[in-house]
Amino acid sequence: MLEIRCPHCGKRSQNEFSYGGDGNVKRPALGEEINTKDWDDFVYFRDNPRGKHTELWHHTSGCRQWFKASRDTATHEIFATCKMNEDFNE
Amino acid sequence: MRILMSNQFRTTNSIGLINKNKILNFTFNGESFQGYEGDTLASALIANGVHLVGRSFKYHRPRGFLGAGVEEPNAMVQLHEGNRSEPNIIATEVELVEGLVANSQNCWPSVKFDIGEINNLLNRFFPAGFYYKTFMWPKSFWYKIYEPIIRKAAGMGIAPLSPDPDRYEHNYEHCDVLVVGSGPSGLASALAAAKNGARVILAEDKAHFGGSLLSDEVTIGNMSGREWASDVISQLKNLPNVTVKNRSQVFGYYDHNMTVMFERVSDHIENPNQYTPRQRLHYIRAGEVIVSTGSIERPISFGNNDRPGILLASAANEYMKVYETLVGKKPIIFTNNDTAYSAAIEFLKNDITPIILDTRDNSNGELVKEVQNLGVKIRFNSGIADTKGHLKIKSATIGKLDSDKENFISYEEVECDCICMSGGWTPTVHLSSQAGNKLKFKEEIDAYVPDQKRQKETAIGAANGSYTLDQSLAEGFQVGFELSNKFTSNNSKTDTPISNEPSQESHEKLWCMPLPDGKKPKRFIDFQNDVAVSDVELALREGFRSIEHVKRYTTLGMAGDQGKTSNLNGLQYVSKIEKKIVPEVGHTTFRPPYTPVTIGTIVGREVGNHYLPTRKSPIHKWHEENNAVFVAAGLWVRPRYYPRGNETMNDAVNREAANVRKNVGICDVTTLGKIDIKGPDAPEFLNRIYTNAWLKLPVGKARYGVMLREDGMVMDDGTTSRISDNHFHMTTTTAQAANVLSHLEYYLQVVWPELEVNVLSSTEQFAGVAVAGPKSRELLSKMFPSDDLSNEGLPFMGLLDTKLGNIPARIYRISFSGELAYEVNVESDYGLHLWKKIMEVGSDFGVQPYGTEALSTLRIEMGHVAGPELDGRSIPFDVGLNGMVSQKKDFIGKRSLSKDAFVAEDRQTIVGLVPVDKKSKIPEGSHIVANDKAPTPIPKLGHVSSSCWSVEYNNPFSIAIMKDGKKQIGKTLFAVSPLKDISIPVEVVSSHYVDPKGERVRS
Repeated sequence: MLEIRCPHCGKRSQNEFSYGGDGNVKRPALGEEINTKDWDDFVYFRDNPRGKHTELWHHTSGCRQWFKASRDTATHEIFATCKMNEDFNE
Repeated sequence: MRILMSNQFRTTNSIGLINKNKILNFTFNGESFQGYEGDTLASALIANGVHLVGRSFKYHRPRGFLGAGVEEPNAMVQLHEGNRSEPNIIATEVELVEGLVANSQNCWPSVKFDIGEINNLLNRFFPAGFYYKTFMWPKSFWYKIYEPIIRKAAGMGIAPLSPDPDRYEHNYEHCDVLVVGSGPSGLASALAAAKNGARVILAEDKAHFGGSLLSDEVTIGNMSGREWASDVISQLKNLPNVTVKNRSQVFGYYDHNMTVMFERVSDHIENPNQYTPRQRLHYIRAGEVIVSTGSIERPISFGNNDRPGILLASAANEYMKVYETLVGKKPIIFTNNDTAYSAAIEFLKNDITPIILDTRDNSNGELVKEVQNLGVKIRFNSGIADTKGHLKIKSATIGKLDSDKENFISYEEVECDCICMSGGWTPTVHLSSQAGNKLKFKEEIDAYVPDQKRQKETAIGAANGSYTLDQSLAEGFQVGFELSNKFTSNNSKTDTPISNEPSQESHEKLWCMPLPDGKKPKRFIDFQNDVAVSDVELALREGFRSIEHVKRYTTLGMAGDQGKTSNLNGLQYVSKIEKKIVPEVGHTTFRPPYTPVTIGTIVGREVGNHYLPTRKSPIHKWHEENNAVFVAAGLWVRPRYYPRGNETMNDAVNREAANVRKNVGICDVTTLGKIDIKGPDAPEFLNRIYTNAWLKLPVGKARYGVMLREDGMVMDDGTTSRISDNHFHMTTTTAQAANVLSHLEYYLQVVWPELEVNVLSSTEQFAGVAVAGPKSRELLSKMFPSDDLSNEGLPFMGLLDTKLGNIPARIYRISFSGELAYEVNVESDYGLHLWKKIMEVGSDFGVQPYGTEALSTLRIEMGHVAGPELDGRSIPFDVGLNGMVSQKKDFIGKRSLSKDAFVAEDRQTIVGLVPVDKKSKIPEGSHIVANDKAPTPIPKLGHVSSSCWSVEYNNPFSIAIMKDGKKQIGKTLFAVSPLKDISIPVEVVSSHYVDPKGERVRS
């Protein structure tokens, strides 16, 4: 069980959190013309890197805030977490 | 007679940790025995001359004790009786208590005469991979013949059939430094870390702290090893920053230094307090973990090396020193190293002269010298070729080895009643390996030791391959200090005391004896899984090269003991045959649990009603009092129907639904998800979330909304009302409430943080009651006499803030049943009052409560979609909600809806089905086909999502999602359920079966 530092609440066990996917995904703007391939890339396709990965987590059983985490997908080491409007301070 | 003869195998001294003044009675295989307080089940049985404890897994060979602790592969017993009965318990780990009942397992009819032993005589027909090879053909035989027979013959103990009456608890702990194992290095590190001010937990598997110090003749400072251990423990116990736990096994090492430990809290207590848990599971998140788990002695493979009475020399030593128990009176000691001589010395102290066989040419270690000085001749260059004795070892064929130790050059038959063997030591690296440590092979000790760590874990002492006491203590004090310094600023170092132990010479790299001339007895490597040297040879001969494949093909090291005594010997043998060095062969993976853990301990208190939280509406009590039959809806418990007298479920549901259509019914809808949405951008937010338009919804109006995922699939639906300009009240389905809230939070916090909107779950703040049916207006008008509930005063999709007496109430005119209907909300605490009031006032109008079944019937008849249709695979078009999709604005998931597949001409859509005979009920999940007699595979047109008995038309009715559905209306097709062998001719109709124009809701 991972130990994750919520940027709002501090260190908590993983069972308080939900994984929220790739943190690099940027939703196309509303009303923007977008071809099918680009849209499909946004909806379905994700990189699956081995190593450092920026991802989203949701403190579902805590403050209910979404935040960013930089995690090693191979070793589970979490290098940093930060609020959505912040950048990692690594 | 038995009492007089009891405990005949005890030592003459009293250096152990048992209390001979307290006699404990116990039974084994129905026979009564006596042991002493402080005994384990193993030591007490051995003291009574009992070595035969069970039968081996595959060949059902008689087996006895191999070890004295956690490494034991053979002595698994069934403990206790009735609902407390527990299989596969290692007898060496069981502390004796008065009245203990233990039985052998894996044998029938008895451990002394076991029918299954025929497998042993037929062993040449049971080679490695036997099951894979033999039971392949014919295929049809597997389920009916092979599998049942194999299942009956295989398996170890028997699981009890009734619930476990004992209590188990879970505990969460944090510490700076967790020390696993209380041998010399563990004690040293715990003391150093504790004195430096760190928060320390010290865990010891056994009842007594000290590990090897309990049986080794050493001095530390001016004390014996044992005295030093108890001195350190009392120091630690007096420190407020330290927790010492005996009978506690750390069995798992997970990510981010989360370790899991089970504690045997009351297994050793005769009459434990009713509320004391039997065992406790501790989740320990440690800053640093010190792995001081010591090492386990390796057996030697020789002919028939598995007979009862053949055991590890260290175990024999521990039985004598700790439990004052003699494993035999005519011992052979067989070793490739110096450590086994401790056992020899202890035998000599009890006036027993062992025969000593040493594979080496010579040794000048101090223990060896001491034995020689006591006048015992040591037979160097010697080994054991074979043994005799069916239920207990009787004699051994020993012999001289040739110079390259590949053959025996002479043989001699000697009588014995036990063989104490030692093949050197294996560091217990399981926890380090579980933690992700990449092990390295250490040549000097011929074993793997931790090397490249991935987590905050440090192995010390024997677990790190440091076999001398000096090294162990030095590492312990050093590592304990250094690691604790990460957490404290005390910088207070504890000095390492001077220690003294007999010097030792190195072992010989020899773990497998040659076969005796002309014979091929089994030389076992893995005792628990019955894997012999010949099995490993066979696997290699058949081309298995990877050690992971050899492991799986032979099952070497795959038993419950995790190969504690067998892994390295197996590796060594593979490397010998393959002519590779061991590190090239590699090693298999260590996985938790290190030792078997009772399922009850893992489950803890999460049993029965504690398994999951139960959510109940504030009206629940009324439902209970009024004969409701309940159904689980996620965590919620909802009334399913309210049977009267002898009514069946169908009777009750039809009555309840019909009463809604005819008079008025009420349903507890408190469970619907409710989300409070506030902020100046709330309308814009809803406009992006929902498929339809929200900017112009007037205050005081509700609107039905559908939300999609980005992939275009319907995520949820519900009505949302505008309470004031910047305040909305959203409802979701019961099942999706939590997901929808996370979804909204995601878009507000991650995607559109510029929107000024707050969302908050208000599900539990309000109780909701649906009042549905043609008489609902009359009923509510009587309850709320000062409000205008006419069609003009409160039109469809309107809402009204009012009061029920002094209680604030909100009336929404919304309908799921398709009838004229309302939903009344009050604060939760008034829910029961509201419900009772409606029932009271409604008695004049024939009001009846209705449950979830009638609720379903009513919505299915109307063609309203719910969970079975919105299954994550349907876009709005599929479920008849295309009219809800705005063409003018963008919203979540809109772009997906224009993908080719989603605009295909023959796209699936929702229809109704009525059986042609108007009688046959169509099972949900049935497939729709055009011709049920066509050759398979028959093309599938769609599936039945929901079925009910239409109370309006008094015949079955179903909703289906079908390819090109609208064009199929009027056709006769077949609903088939091959699993139930059902095929029903059905007519395709509109899904709006009742009131297709929707006049009733607006009446």
